[in-house]
Amino acid sequence: MSVLEGWEAVIGIEVHVELLTQSKMFCGCKVGFGDEPNMNVCPTCLGLPGALPVPNRTAIEWISKIGMALNCEISETSVFHRKNYFYADLPKNYQISQFDIPVCHDGFLDVAVDGDTVRIGIERAHQEEDTGKSLHMGEGGRIHAATETLLDFNRSGVPLVEIVSKPDIRTAAQARAYAQELRNVILELDVSDAKLEEGSMRFDANISVRQEGAPEFGTKVEIKNMNSFRSLERAVAYEIERQVDEITSGGTVIQETRHWDEEAGVTHGMRTKEGSSDYRYFTEPDLVPIVIDATWQAEIRQSLPELPAERRARYADLGLDPHLAGVLAGADADLRAVFDHAVDAGADAKAAAIWITGEVTAWLRREDTAPGDSPLTGEWLAALVAMVSDSKVSASAAKDVLDGVMRGEGAPEAVAEGRDLIQISDAGAIAAAVDEVLAANPDAVERYQAGEQKVVGFLVGQVMRATQGKAEPKLVNELLREKLS
Amino acid sequence: MTAADLTITQAAAGLASGEMTSTQLTEAVLDRAAMTEAVLHAYLTMDRDGAMAAAAESDRRHARKDPLGPLDGIPIALKDNMCTHGVETTASSKILAGYRPPYDATVVERLRSQGAVITGKTNLDEFAMGSSTENSAYGATSNPWDPDRVPGGSSGGSAAVVAAGSALGALGSDTGGSIRQPAALCGVVGMKPTYGLVSRFGLIAFASSLDQIGPFTRTVTDSALLLDAIAGFDPRDATSFRGEYPNFSDAIGRGVQGLRIGVVKEFSGEGFEPAVEAACSSMLDRLSATGADVVEVSVPTVDAALSAYYLIAPAECSANLARFDGIRYGLRVSGATTEEMMARSRAEGFGPEVTRRILLGTYALSAGYYDAFYGKALEVRALLQADFAAAYEKVDVLVSPTSPFTAFKMGDKSQDPLAMYLCDICTIPSNLAGHPGISIPIGLDESGLPIGFQVMAPALGEPVMYRVAAEVERLATFDARPELAGVTA
Ligand SMILES: [Zn+2]
Repeated sequence: MSVLEGWEAVIGIEVHVELLTQSKMFCGCKVGFGDEPNMNVCPTCLGLPGALPVPNRTAIEWISKIGMALNCEISETSVFHRKNYFYADLPKNYQISQFDIPVCHDGFLDVAVDGDTVRIGIERAHQEEDTGKSLHMGEGGRIHAATETLLDFNRSGVPLVEIVSKPDIRTAAQARAYAQELRNVILELDVSDAKLEEGSMRFDANISVRQEGAPEFGTKVEIKNMNSFRSLERAVAYEIERQVDEITSGGTVIQETRHWDEEAGVTHGMRTKEGSSDYRYFTEPDLVPIVIDATWQAEIRQSLPELPAERRARYADLGLDPHLAGVLAGADADLRAVFDHAVDAGADAKAAAIWITGEVTAWLRREDTAPGDSPLTGEWLAALVAMVSDSKVSASAAKDVLDGVMRGEGAPEAVAEGRDLIQISDAGAIAAAVDEVLAANPDAVERYQAGEQKVVGFLVGQVMRATQGKAEPKLVNELLREKLS
Repeated sequence: MTAADLTITQAAAGLASGEMTSTQLTEAVLDRAAMTEAVLHAYLTMDRDGAMAAAAESDRRHARKDPLGPLDGIPIALKDNMCTHGVETTASSKILAGYRPPYDATVVERLRSQGAVITGKTNLDEFAMGSSTENSAYGATSNPWDPDRVPGGSSGGSAAVVAAGSALGALGSDTGGSIRQPAALCGVVGMKPTYGLVSRFGLIAFASSLDQIGPFTRTVTDSALLLDAIAGFDPRDATSFRGEYPNFSDAIGRGVQGLRIGVVKEFSGEGFEPAVEAACSSMLDRLSATGADVVEVSVPTVDAALSAYYLIAPAECSANLARFDGIRYGLRVSGATTEEMMARSRAEGFGPEVTRRILLGTYALSAGYYDAFYGKALEVRALLQADFAAAYEKVDVLVSPTSPFTAFKMGDKSQDPLAMYLCDICTIPSNLAGHPGISIPIGLDESGLPIGFQVMAPALGEPVMYRVAAEVERLATFDARPELAGVTA
């Protein structure tokens, strides 16, 4: 990192999210992924002569939700613009987008990075439509060597929300944390599946570097093609270093778009055409302004779910440490409901949270079971937590109890009985076992009395074995030491 | 005279009474077209089979005394920029040669659902850009009153077929005067509705904020009848008017007693033919004599309207026509790369006037020029709207000549775009304001060419506009018909 000493990176991230509405942004075609090519198309999303766009009310509602979740102002009146550029998979050769009056503007998202909370400003979130997809045939699918290009317009016109951060991000870790938190919010709002690998959530990063304290921004470079949070973090880190290297070795950073090469771990400059950034925006004359009045805004606001940040704060109030609160906040909604019910039923929050994020999650993954399909209730989890804290079952036996519960064997008490896992906490019964073990192992007793303390562990193990693991270990320990001394 | 010379109202009465059948009427119209087309070239596509089948169906409904309305069985032509399912639709461009839309425009759906018989698709200036129908990739259309002259444009084909009797009515589209100006030059009634009254879904766009479909007919009554048929809210057009639609036919026949008629001062003098001015001023005298309050009104911004129009319309068209790229439909000229293929297809597919306007519009929207050109034009548009609003405080309607001159010779202006652009000086302001306007024939000049009189009204002012137009028509007693090489005599 020494090369970066005295340098500061200025990073802004643009995120595109495809909304999973039933129909497309400006026509009635189905939004469907993985369907046969060109099945979900009509004159409007194919850009046929004479076809017109009509906005999707649900999409407008959903982008408003996103804006509200990102603490944005919602424009009561916003306007669609045409963004003009020629591209084979853009059927009208213009994209209906927004320019100077987006639906959402001036918000922020608080992001936890290495234990600190960083507030990242949101410049805007605007509504637009997605393009189709090009499939380049022949010569390994590379665009310049393709012999044929096939076009699939199923994605053409799918509602797309572009969320633009302010240049408030300073490190690669912050960039990653911001993108992850944004995805959590989107998933929580249930407006997109936000799958990075399928492209329903995509991000570009704008990066420049400057000497610490410098008032002006450096030259901005746009990085594309980052398909995971890890590649976003790596690409940003790489690019920061590349730019600093460039400058400190006497070169200059040129304004360009660079492509992240995941395998090589480097960014490559893309051949950019002169003047390609003049999109000649103008108001879309086929649409009237979108009006989201106070009543509608209030309705939308009412429908907002608890957001990840709010949830983390609530968990922290229950006494969970930030890490555990964060992991639990990101857990499946059904599991979180079990947790909430367990706490309501009087369970210790920390213990319940550890069960949910640990053993319960692991069991479900191991058994390939959906959280919603498990019979575990909040009451049962509370009961399980209590059984452990009351020493009715040992910590390891509790895992067995959970297994039984998850397999539908009934409530924890019933499982513990049924599987014979209740601890023996009757001192008399344990004392008898201890006596037997001491009688059977005279040499161990001798070694102990000669000062070899650690032999107690062996003896405890023997008692546990004799009781099939059901004896309460603490009691066994006490009795052994008592009898040995 | 044949059935092809009837008005829609007359023909509808004949069909309703059983005096004639739609099959007879449609045959008469198609026969007329067979004779006139050799001279006019007003139709690009005739759908004889479709028309005769629709006529037969209409006859069955009439026989059952169960017609779908007054248009049931009436032969109507469509400008070839309105999509017709399975019937070639070219907008007179080479780039759409052979293109058959997979759907009907809303207006076409509406006409069909009311039993109208679609005769075919009429010629226009390519993508409706022009005022003479000379800019058609498929050859010019002639004026029925003089085949050496233009019919006006861009809906010249629709104007000509109605004038010649090769349809009883037709639809056109009007972006800057493309219905009213050819109506004036062909001696028929042509009307542009308030923006949003008629759905644009399925109309191949020229300039979306200005385009509006409207009727060509021989009478004002027919015009209102046809507008009643095509107007209405359309959920597929986001700019469609959502309020209540009046019955336009009801406005006719109530006279102009007490109405205030404003004569637009700016639409006279230099550039206006004396015969046109004389005919209009005589009409004003008659309107005054019949009880209207005729006053002169100034709408000063109309002088800048033409310049604003020639920035706004090309700007919108530069985006609207971007979709014609040779990829999904229409002409494709191959190239080494996708970009080259697109560029070659467009270079070869678009004619010179379309290319000129795309370039103009692209330039007007470009970074560094937007404010000076497109932005300025939007300011003029807003000023013009304010000017009109002020004028309509004082008067109920505004009137002017429709065109400063009567039909001109083919080739006269086709090499001089600026001279051609002046054709629409009186009609463009209504488009920029989104207001309705109608042209009514009121006489002939010394060469026997028709003169059109324009009545304009504020948004949704169709009822008062029709009221005045009907009175203009009554006072004009214009009953001349073109004598087209003896075929229509
Ligand atoms: Zn569609």
